[in-house]
Amino acid sequence: MSAAKNINITLKIWRQKNAKAKGQIETYKLDNVSTASSFLEMLDQLNEQLINSKKEPVAFDHDCREGICGMCSLYINGRAHGPDTGTTTCQLHMRKFNDGDTIYIEPWRSKAFPVVKDLVVDRSAFDRIQQAGGFVSVNTSGRTIDANATPVPKHDADRAFEAAACIGCGACVATCKNGSAMLFVGAKVSQYALLPQGKVEATQRVLNMVRQMDEEGFGNCTNTGACEVECPKGISLENIARMNREYLKASII
Amino acid sequence: MKLDSKIPEGSISEKWTNHKNHLKLVAPNNRPKIDVIVVGTGLAGASAAASLGEMGYNVKAFCFQDSPRRAHSIAAQGGINAAKNYQNDGDSTYRLFYDTIKGGDYRAREANVHRLAEVSANIIDQCVAQGVPFARDYGGMLDNRSFGGTQVQRTFYAAGQTGQQLLLGAYSALSRQIGVGNVEMFNRHEMLDLVKVDGKARGIIARNLVTGELERHSAHAVIIASGGYGNVYFLSTNAMGSNVTAGWKVHKRGALFANPCFVQIHPTCIPVHGVNQSKLTLMSESLRNSGRIWVPKKKEDAEAIRAGKLKPTQLKEEDRDYFLERRYPAFGNLVPRDVASRAAKERCDEGHGIEANDTNEGVYLDFSTEIQTKGRQAAYSQGNHNPSAEEVTKLGKKWLEEKYGNLFAMYEKITDENPYETPMKIYPAVHYTMGGVWVDYNLQSTIPGCFVAGEANFSDHGANRLGASALMQGLADGYFVLPYTVSNYLADEIRTGKISTDSPEFAEAENSVKEAIDKFLSNNGTKSVDHFHKRLGLIMWNKVGMARNEKGLKEAIEEIAALKEEFYKDVYVPGSSDELNPELEKALRVADFIDLGQLMAMDALQRKESCGGHFREEYQDSEGETLRDDENFAFVGAWEYMGYDISKEVLNKEELKYEFIKIAARNYK
Repeated sequence: MSAAKNINITLKIWRQKNAKAKGQIETYKLDNVSTASSFLEMLDQLNEQLINSKKEPVAFDHDCREGICGMCSLYINGRAHGPDTGTTTCQLHMRKFNDGDTIYIEPWRSKAFPVVKDLVVDRSAFDRIQQAGGFVSVNTSGRTIDANATPVPKHDADRAFEAAACIGCGACVATCKNGSAMLFVGAKVSQYALLPQGKVEATQRVLNMVRQMDEEGFGNCTNTGACEVECPKGISLENIARMNREYLKASII
Repeated sequence: MKLDSKIPEGSISEKWTNHKNHLKLVAPNNRPKIDVIVVGTGLAGASAAASLGEMGYNVKAFCFQDSPRRAHSIAAQGGINAAKNYQNDGDSTYRLFYDTIKGGDYRAREANVHRLAEVSANIIDQCVAQGVPFARDYGGMLDNRSFGGTQVQRTFYAAGQTGQQLLLGAYSALSRQIGVGNVEMFNRHEMLDLVKVDGKARGIIARNLVTGELERHSAHAVIIASGGYGNVYFLSTNAMGSNVTAGWKVHKRGALFANPCFVQIHPTCIPVHGVNQSKLTLMSESLRNSGRIWVPKKKEDAEAIRAGKLKPTQLKEEDRDYFLERRYPAFGNLVPRDVASRAAKERCDEGHGIEANDTNEGVYLDFSTEIQTKGRQAAYSQGNHNPSAEEVTKLGKKWLEEKYGNLFAMYEKITDENPYETPMKIYPAVHYTMGGVWVDYNLQSTIPGCFVAGEANFSDHGANRLGASALMQGLADGYFVLPYTVSNYLADEIRTGKISTDSPEFAEAENSVKEAIDKFLSNNGTKSVDHFHKRLGLIMWNKVGMARNEKGLKEAIEEIAALKEEFYKDVYVPGSSDELNPELEKALRVADFIDLGQLMAMDALQRKESCGGHFREEYQDSEGETLRDDENFAFVGAWEYMGYDISKEVLNKEELKYEFIKIAARNYK
């Protein structure tokens, strides 16, 4: 481990009062940032500095700070979740930056994710896609069959888990030149399509989720694969292919 | 106040079944006329909202995050317990019940815990039916592992992301109900007060966090499932937004707050790196299945390691002290969390800590033994009976990656060290709170119509929660308990009709919230909210943390009361009330944390015994183990709010009776 040191940086941050206001990039100097700090701890430090000089702090989304809740976002130096791969913004650490660096921080940019304030965007479109069909229609009585009554091949269970590892952060959409949500939707469709429990209503599910996705204003997939590169959870493009197959199958039946 | 726990009569294994059979029901045609509010969308809240929506009630669910899927249950790593006995290693409902009571150091209610153990198996069935992708073996059957405080394998898991998968399962059930209109979802909304009409919970005041608008929402019952209060320590493994506000507002409106001093300090977290640290990260307890915890035997070795002159991998086997295996041979590295945490603290206090930070606090979690064992097994199963050392190591690492890959990756991102090559550095951190709003067997607080579920209540874990039991409790409460007990309450509400929000009670509650907000925004102080939160956290960690004593607790009470005065006088909150204002949100939460912190210290002071996570230095045996006082302290301590001055709160006691388990000293040796 390289020992932690302090660096001085310049930040260029998107500031926007609210959804209707026009935004602009503002410049801030921040000194003595420990390289052991996380990126969001660096923003905390900036906000403390702003508050202490009676200026308004920068609004950004975050919660668990361990890379699983999917609440943090941020376009950092032109990349979703910053320069590291397989990493959410909250897991990015300042040791990836150097003394004297200028860092650009913007919100997710997508028609379907309107800016709420500064770096905060509205991703409720994802919730609505899930509500359209991202579930198995089983009541919560607990009176189902025994959990081991239907064996699931380990390979399928593992693939389903990998798809289900999606944290719904929206990096795929933000990074896609078309603003497509197909990696997100493909992952959810795949999780259920791979499991026997999800197969019963597979046809309706994929049709409903894709319909909602289109209604929300997300773009189409042109197979550039940027989403897979920037996905902090390494969700595979195969999930889009699987969704396309499921969709085709559902459309023919 | 007389506390009636409403524990049903009968033998322990019949109580819940009999109780359910006699609870009142609400007919399907009446359910859409009844409104229910659910605050919080973690495992307990999401499962409750989904289940009640599915039954046909008119449900309104609230979360402060931008989506219900982000609630902090999502960060639970290791697993969920269930008495399935799929591994054929002697597990049963009784064993899970017994382990949980014992693990909680005999400070939980028998009847509640037995119910939890009974419904545990249904949770797994339910989740599998919902498409939760649990880990499976090559036969397609569900896999299990062990957690602390047990001698069976009853923990179901999905890599190190079990909480995520379970929450997404509950979220999918919730989404289904939102989609059909049975549940109305309010994202980015925070409950800031409970409204009582004629003594009953009748609604809440919620702030729309985007527009700042204060909203009145009425209902026939209110369910609080807002999680735990670990963030009172500032640094914890909780999410940044996790808070006690919903629970505390209910407390201020008359609900008792039980056992606030019962806090779980989790043994395996990544140590603190510096002053700007915002939170701590857990390394799952499941790692203790494979990792061995040690510190150098000699202090000079520990010093050399801290100075960077010696690497842990260079230290010979005989120079390492595997202190958990040494002190607790029967359970070894899998002793309960409170025991493991105290043992780590004891070693570090003695000067054997290995972390090169201000406190030198840290111990190793070492996977090298497991790499060899599993590597050899893997080689053997591939038909290679004479594997080379490199082959064994390679296969062993591969095995580890499959089991714990995401945890190892998470560790490396934070520390910049590779745990496959060098042992993890870990230290205890605040993780879970066993205390919470007092509830009876029906999960109803002392306010009629106000129910509390999951970590927000106090009910099932006594003085220490066993690993992989929080997920179990959250889903048990939401899926399998509240639908019955809330319906029983609502059966008397079918003639009530819609509850108006134009009443003086709603106006009074809204005004009090508005006043609190206006006071902060016009305060014009000089220090940030975080400044006060960090100071509170330091008092709590140093004096109401892993080891407590009378002197420190008395000091903490004074210091927190003084901090409260200073906070209201000198806090600076920028921005306005009619916009997204995270600083204002924090100020409102920290105000409640300060009150709660003082109450925690008071509760720890009155409890003159050591039990579970509550360790009073005055009460320990010659080997440093907890000394319980069953004669005087076998009770739930439930506090009653008496106004602004927290020191005036009144303690009520619910006696704990052990009818089915013989109360005994906890022994993991």
